[in-house]
Amino acid sequence: MKELGGTLTTLAGFFALMSLFAIGGANSAVPEMHRYAVDVQHWLTDRQFADTFALAQLTPGPNVIIVTLIGYHVAGLPGALVTTLSMCGPTCMLAFFVGRTFDRFRGAAWQSALSGGLVPVTLGLTAASATVVATAADYNWAAMAVTLATAVICYFVRINPVWMFAAAAALGLAGVI
Amino acid sequence: MTVPPPAESPRPTPSELFIAFATISLYGFGGVLAWSRRIMIEDRRWLTPEQFNETYALCSFLPGPNIVNFSVIFGSRIRGPLGGLIALAGLLGPPMVLVIIMAVLYAHYGDLTQVRRALIGVASAAAGLLMATVAKMAGPLFRNRAVEQPLVAIATFGAIGIVHWPLPLVLAVLLPVSIGLAWVRR
Repeated sequence: MKELGGTLTTLAGFFALMSLFAIGGANSAVPEMHRYAVDVQHWLTDRQFADTFALAQLTPGPNVIIVTLIGYHVAGLPGALVTTLSMCGPTCMLAFFVGRTFDRFRGAAWQSALSGGLVPVTLGLTAASATVVATAADYNWAAMAVTLATAVICYFVRINPVWMFAAAAALGLAGVI
Repeated sequence: MTVPPPAESPRPTPSELFIAFATISLYGFGGVLAWSRRIMIEDRRWLTPEQFNETYALCSFLPGPNIVNFSVIFGSRIRGPLGGLIALAGLLGPPMVLVIIMAVLYAHYGDLTQVRRALIGVASAAAGLLMATVAKMAGPLFRNRAVEQPLVAIATFGAIGIVHWPLPLVLAVLLPVSIGLAWVRR
């Protein structure tokens, strides 16, 4: 019991921090979650992390529910609840208070500087997420072809990504990947 | 299609609020933005396109998932702190239940070869989707003449994706630099 309490505290602390560092969304924090959960805490193997990411993509809802899965894997239902609440709590409090005051500052010069500064960092983090997810899976040439095909199709065609996931899952089931 | 403007002050009830955000969430496979737009503006007519864009722009300033911030801001503007909580519960409750069912299934069947291969397929496709997002974001960034933005993006990628430095450390250095450069360039 004491051990579970310790694990939950560790989960809460880490994901509350991630809440404030996930610039541009949960996907920006994926490399850090991988580093911490796989390399530092050894909660998951590389393979389990890639599977967790895939399961979260297969579930409808915001990308942030990947943290629910990590929490569940580490400490069952209490873990799932603690990680999700920690990941959303700090940023929600911020949204609540900023949402009431922001109108006053609309159009201020620091706003465009802030957004101009955040965009390139978000871009770098998203690119890092793609690398982490790709290299965490058992990556072979067929998987690489799926990655490239999805990238090209999603860039040029307005398609719901779930169809790409379904096609990729079917290729996997058929033994192509 | 022209969308008639919403009524002066739409006041969805708590259950309408919950259902709207649960709907956004459950339709939102890999892209909640499109569905939140459609439901907020066209379906329920709770926001004009301008109001929606303004609220969403604010959400993208804040850390954390944009749609989570959106639910809190929209819900609390309508019905105070409780409204924020209800919208958030609608957004996160249903997918949490689903994802835990997925986790239970994974615990039972995750080691089957076919399941493994299907999941590798999905992870590979998801990596591709992230790459497409990166390419779409990079277009405008590399087209304007400012060289510092691409450099910041590449530095962030290298520090996190290749060297695997801790995120808080990298952001503590790169964010002030990036915002400072944008301030000078403004």
